[in-house]
Amino acid sequence: MGIRFILMVNKQGQTRLAQYYEWLTLEERRAIEGEIVRKCLARNEQQCSFVEHRNYKIVYRRYASLFFLVGVDNDENELAILEFIHLLVETMDRHFGNVCELDIMFHLEKAHFMLEEMVMNGCIVETSKSNILSPIQLMEKTS
Amino acid sequence: MNPFSSGTRLRDMIRAIRACKTAAEERAVVRKECAAIRAAINENDQDYRHRNLAKLMFIHMLGYPTHFGQMECLKLIASPGFPEKRIGYLGLMLLLDERQEVLMLVTNSVKQDLNHTNQYIVGLALCALGNICSAEMARDLAPEVERLLQFRDPNIRKKAALCSIRIIKKVPDLAENFINPVAALLKEKHHGVLITGVQLCTDLCKVSPEALEYFRKKCTDGLVRTLRDLVNSPYAPEYDIAGITDPFLHIRLLKLLRVLGQGDADASDSMNDILAQVATKTESNKNAGNAILYECVETIMSIEDNGGLRVLAINILGRFLSNRDNNIRYVALNMLMRAITVDAQAVQRHRATILECVKDSDASIRKRALELVYLLVNESNVKPLTKELVDYLEVSDQDFKGDLTAKVCSIIEKFSPEKSWYIDQMLKVLTEAGNFVKDEVWHALVVVISNASDLHGYTVRALFRALQTTAEQESLVRVAVWCIGEYGDLLVNNAGRLNVEDPITVTESDAVDIVESAIKRHASDLTTKSMALIALLKLSSRFPSCSGRIKDIVVQHKGSLVLELQQRSLEFNSIIEKHQNIRSALVERMPVLDEATFGGRRASSLPNTVSTSSGTAVKLPNGVAKPSAAPLVDLLDLSDDVPAPSSSGGDFLQDLLGVNLPPATQSGTNQTPKAGTDVLLDLLSIGSTPAQDNNLSTPDILSSGQDNKPIIASLDVLAAPSLTHTTSSTASNMMDLLDGLDPAPPKPVENGPAYPSIVAFESSSLRLTFNFSKQPGNPQTTMISGTFTNLSSNLFTDFVFQAAVPKFLQLHLDPASGNSLPASGNGTITQSLKVTNSQHGKKPLVMRLRIAYKVDGKDVLEEGQINNFPRDL
Repeated sequence: MGIRFILMVNKQGQTRLAQYYEWLTLEERRAIEGEIVRKCLARNEQQCSFVEHRNYKIVYRRYASLFFLVGVDNDENELAILEFIHLLVETMDRHFGNVCELDIMFHLEKAHFMLEEMVMNGCIVETSKSNILSPIQLMEKTS
Repeated sequence: MNPFSSGTRLRDMIRAIRACKTAAEERAVVRKECAAIRAAINENDQDYRHRNLAKLMFIHMLGYPTHFGQMECLKLIASPGFPEKRIGYLGLMLLLDERQEVLMLVTNSVKQDLNHTNQYIVGLALCALGNICSAEMARDLAPEVERLLQFRDPNIRKKAALCSIRIIKKVPDLAENFINPVAALLKEKHHGVLITGVQLCTDLCKVSPEALEYFRKKCTDGLVRTLRDLVNSPYAPEYDIAGITDPFLHIRLLKLLRVLGQGDADASDSMNDILAQVATKTESNKNAGNAILYECVETIMSIEDNGGLRVLAINILGRFLSNRDNNIRYVALNMLMRAITVDAQAVQRHRATILECVKDSDASIRKRALELVYLLVNESNVKPLTKELVDYLEVSDQDFKGDLTAKVCSIIEKFSPEKSWYIDQMLKVLTEAGNFVKDEVWHALVVVISNASDLHGYTVRALFRALQTTAEQESLVRVAVWCIGEYGDLLVNNAGRLNVEDPITVTESDAVDIVESAIKRHASDLTTKSMALIALLKLSSRFPSCSGRIKDIVVQHKGSLVLELQQRSLEFNSIIEKHQNIRSALVERMPVLDEATFGGRRASSLPNTVSTSSGTAVKLPNGVAKPSAAPLVDLLDLSDDVPAPSSSGGDFLQDLLGVNLPPATQSGTNQTPKAGTDVLLDLLSIGSTPAQDNNLSTPDILSSGQDNKPIIASLDVLAAPSLTHTTSSTASNMMDLLDGLDPAPPKPVENGPAYPSIVAFESSSLRLTFNFSKQPGNPQTTMISGTFTNLSSNLFTDFVFQAAVPKFLQLHLDPASGNSLPASGNGTITQSLKVTNSQHGKKPLVMRLRIAYKVDGKDVLEEGQINNFPRDL
């Protein structure tokens, strides 16, 4: 329901973060990732950010070298998802300070923690950056 | 230190993987790392467990199997420290799914964690539960989650709310327990709790209608108030995005209002003000604002009608449509499709813009725009719209062409104002994109052409011109070849010229040339070549001067490896050579195909437990292609369809006729026709038509049956009817153009053992006798010829015979020879039936009859059952 998966993929097509909210086997995941990524990477700047793929939609946005792709159901508000992607990037930016692809790669578990605070079971949970980051900052202080 | 010992830190492993130049290197690194991790698991190493799990997650993300790490997750979850628990839960959610049985082992740990004093740990457990719990876990832990919905900390409350969503999805029965707590959640101030509460509410309404009613009555006003406060709220730095406070909450609230307001007038009324406020006040220069407007418009469209709001919504959509941002335009097109059902006029105003969008460079926008245009077409705007679309067809991309062609063809078919326009447009489409055109479409085109008798000349000349310029489109070639064959004389004589046409002179040899080129092309497939052969035969009759040349062309395929072509070539050759006297009769103009029945047949296939015959055989003088009064349709006489009387009775054949094909046999290389819907395909008899019972036992026609005499020959005229062809004993697929309806009493075909005839039904005024025959190769099928005799002294009119059989039999009734039965046995009506017994040998035939007729204007109905069929039928 709502969001089906969130992917962060770089320009060469390598997956940097993958969070699925519905179960897919490994082969299916690789197949899907390959297809979608190829479609999105092939589009240019002028084209719109929504791609229809099979029975769901992909909303994507490119930030520097990283593509953020979110797969949603057909009845979801696409513009809202675009905002959500931006919120995610801003949150990570606040935590890591000028986040870049390498930050996400080397601190994968922290990126996952953040994402989990924001989305649960395909629904958006929290949209306030301070609320999202507080448990994570707490954990870093103790460890 | 060994770089791959379990002591490796995550980042070193990542560096090692990134340093690999090839995929094989990467696989090697990962394999070594996995081996190290597995060794560490075996040793039950405590210290580096969380590090190993982090590494495992990275490896899993790359796509390698990591199931050996699942027990590690469990152990980590069970450990007391927070970081270990954190990683354990994260691993749980990434590496496992709800279907694994390992998940059951976690239930106890999760339960303990739900009752933990540390609220962050409670949060962790809720998160994990919310993401992957299975139905049993949901049932076990639901009471805990309910309790947590009222916890003091808002973070826990919000997570508990989302967890409940999953629970009610997995176990819908538990939904009632959550209704009351949710009502409390909706009054919260904390945005996180509010947004999750709203989502839970939306899902509850979807799952349980009582919940929907409850929320509609109690909570609608509260929600409206919340939304109003949100819209009017001052600047809140935490939730502010682009100047709007928490647009996500806006959108969720609007969605919930939509669910509550749909179908309910009172709820919709209470929302009107706030919707109007949101629609007018929201700024639309930022994406966040546009997102809210989009959701607002969707809600307005879905709730009960309020004229003012709808106008507002459509205006907003109009603004979106002219926005330069592609995203906004896409969204607008999407919404407009919904708006059409509500207010078609308003959408029509934007027609020009939408048409522009069809030609946009963006694939998503094109697709949406095309669907929208399709919905917008009506009788008044069909001509300009179609012109635009057909023009665009020429320049569109290949992958878009298929969609576009299908839509254009269906628009043309549904809305064409007159036949000439229809034919023109279809010709254009065929010329541009014939390869994408489906078979039914060009079949329909041929039906229309044959019906439009005044346009025959025009059509065939247009097709000739088109074929001269482009010959790559398969469907175009087929239609053109058929028309040239049929109307070749019109082509050459320039007959029936319309004012708008340019003059064109075509000689007979030109026409033959072009058909010959159709055969010779490499790209022509079996259908096209077969059609070309029959067209050549027709031309040889219409242009006797070319018949020598045509014969040469036809003969070239005598040795073809494709059975269909070989057969046709031999047969046609023989007709041309030896049977000139009947050739013209054979290839006379085809009678008109009836559009209504054709359309009806395409729409549905007819049921066949009772087959009726309408008893009228219209006898038309031979050789005239008059549009028939009675529906023609059954050119093919497919066994399951209701037979209709053909329009050409008559004593001898007009068109090339198919022959009795024994039902079960099919010839080798045929394409089987689409069941029941393809009138034309069988017309050209490409496929094998199973069960063609033409009771062609007129004196003129030899039924093929067991003797391999495929060709119809007129017995009266020809001395030596037998054509010793080497056709196989399997069916000859001649053009089953017409089953000549034959009024004369059917001659029993000399095949198979004879069965005694029976008196099937006898009453005081009517007797029905059945004569049986079977074909030797086919014991399941019996041909029955029934003879009705009037025993009374009154004339029976409007005589209709109907029969019904049980399910294991198949019945096929041919039209009767007439529908009036003279009195006192002065004449008879005959009718042929064919019964196929799928339980042949096990069950005998049985049939119920109903006979209706009029005596002196009064209706009489007689019914009966026939049980005295011979045993072994």
